[in-house]
Amino acid sequence: MDVFEKLKILSAAAKYDVACTSSGVDKSSAGGSIGNAASCGICHSFSADGRCISLLKVLMSNACIYNCAYCLNKVTNDVPRATFTPRELAELTMNFYRRNYIEGLFLSSGIVKSPDYTCERMIETLKILRHEYGFNGYIHCKAIPGADSALLDVLGMLADRMSVNIELPTQKSLTMLAPNKSKEAILKPMGLISHKINENCTDLVKYKHAPKFAPAGQSTQIIVGATDDSDYTILNLSAALYKKYSLKRVFYSAYIPINSNPLLPALNTKPPLLREHRLYQADWLLRYYGFEANELLDEKNPNFNPLIDPKCNWAINHLDIFPVDVNTVSRELLLRVPGIGVRSANRIIQARRVGKLDFAGLKKIGVVLKRAQYFITCDGKIAEGLKITPDNALNALISDSGKKLIEDSSECRQLSFFDYISAPNKLLTV
Amino acid sequence: MSDFIYTYDGSFDGLLCCIFRSYEKKEIPENIMPEFDFEPTFFVPVFVETDKQKAQRVRDGIKRVMGKRAYMFALKGFYTCHPEKDMLILKFVRLGMKTGPEITSMLANDTVNTLFKAVRARSSESHNYKGFVRFSVYDDYMVSVIEPKNYVLPEIARHFCDRYPNETFLIYDKTHKAALVYGEGRCSIVEVEDFQAPGADVDELMFRDLWKTFYKTISIDERENPKCRMTHMPKRYWAHMTEMEPESPLLEG
Repeated sequence: MDVFEKLKILSAAAKYDVACTSSGVDKSSAGGSIGNAASCGICHSFSADGRCISLLKVLMSNACIYNCAYCLNKVTNDVPRATFTPRELAELTMNFYRRNYIEGLFLSSGIVKSPDYTCERMIETLKILRHEYGFNGYIHCKAIPGADSALLDVLGMLADRMSVNIELPTQKSLTMLAPNKSKEAILKPMGLISHKINENCTDLVKYKHAPKFAPAGQSTQIIVGATDDSDYTILNLSAALYKKYSLKRVFYSAYIPINSNPLLPALNTKPPLLREHRLYQADWLLRYYGFEANELLDEKNPNFNPLIDPKCNWAINHLDIFPVDVNTVSRELLLRVPGIGVRSANRIIQARRVGKLDFAGLKKIGVVLKRAQYFITCDGKIAEGLKITPDNALNALISDSGKKLIEDSSECRQLSFFDYISAPNKLLTV
Repeated sequence: MSDFIYTYDGSFDGLLCCIFRSYEKKEIPENIMPEFDFEPTFFVPVFVETDKQKAQRVRDGIKRVMGKRAYMFALKGFYTCHPEKDMLILKFVRLGMKTGPEITSMLANDTVNTLFKAVRARSSESHNYKGFVRFSVYDDYMVSVIEPKNYVLPEIARHFCDRYPNETFLIYDKTHKAALVYGEGRCSIVEVEDFQAPGADVDELMFRDLWKTFYKTISIDERENPKCRMTHMPKRYWAHMTEMEPESPLLEG
């Protein structure tokens, strides 16, 4: 089989893995002979689905011995199988890297023969890249659940980021859909990696140039919509992973039915893209805006509202806190105002040091006044000519996708604040 | 309103000399523009000669009173494609000489805000080019062509020199007729009147096709979203990106 065929099969098999970021570490090529990395990450292209392409994302092999129900490469599926040799893959990576197609390699794999054997093949690939070619660019590598911890050690010293995919948020869902995996088999390598990263941090105090274990940290992925797990379950899991395992990122992947199975959504089910989007928004709120998972959802409202993003939803339920004055309010509270993001909050704080801000100034700085005006004052004054009522505020907060949902829904009307607060998820009859 | 405009040679030193003259003569021109952009209007053009020493005095003055950050901001402003950047920089300096270093925080001020947005647009274009540059590999060197709106070469130079320390390469900026040239640890930006990349060999064509194959395969059909792609990777970049070209004859047949 030629390398074109292999690339086709093994990149098609890897495309459902969402993580493609090259972020989290700043490196110069000084430690090798080619390649660097920028902590903000660099996107090299965008595919037709609008996702960033940063890394050559491929499987080492899709000849998997496992039988996970949601996976295209499960052993009982009749699909073409291919396996890269470590040399082939290393050469392809180098040739793509020189042409500036990519920031580095994202390497995952189906389980060939055994977890240990698979892991060894991956290590060999990374060794050729790092030692033979002096490649100092970005490598994201999957930890293979069930592989010997000594092998994971070696892998982590060669990679910049490691990840173990949780895929399904509860043990119940795992048992049902991924019979060869257990919660334990997934969390064990995750714990090991986070332990290694920590241990490495204390080492660094002693030796400045100590080699680093996965310096860009670890991430994971959760499939959304394959099971009936709620947004609340998923978000709580993410929050715990950030806290307990110091994960850098949790990625969410809207489930796309590729296998027919009575336990899974039907084959023509559309991927829940809006739900995935809401989870990402909430994830950002956890990591950059100081929110806790239980501020955004609870047992009574376990799923995000499709009409309004999670931050606006929080604000509309806490009208008693607002308005706040942009010239004096703390950064924490500023970040909770709809229409003000991390960047505009930082700019407000910078600009208000040298002069009072008014509404015109906020607009120039990049605040989305359409939303923010219901929640702020400038020097005690509200925006001129604005009528603040809960209904007006609510209607200004509905996202564009939400507006479309309302138009498509059978009852076409202005949303009432009262209806929204009492039963936020019953407003749509779609 | 004044009835004259400044023209200068188009260099940053030249612009600094315009600022020098504005202070020396206690006058504010209606506009400032490089002489090659000048078209006759009813304003009287005053050509300002570039004088290294005068430029240095302005440079030192800006750094002393407004701080290094503000100076860098003005320089970055000069590299943007904002049509009124020259006049904006004069206003920025005149304001900053009164306020001192806090000028860089005055984001709600019109002059500062306009310049700030232009500088931000340039840095985001520079960041995009760190990813969107495509090299063709020849025997012992690599070549890339870009067509940026802003003058991005100074901002991406360090990244690429660090990325490929042992390579010899050239990035040709077609818009500004300049090239970043790197080899044997030395990096420089030179003026280039015209440049034509040589034809690709079989290996090069093969890797281009492999890349196109990957690009097509990695997209998930069920999630197709051309609008989102366009937002992140506007069409003006496509002309020089391998994966957006039609396939080479090698794959057909």
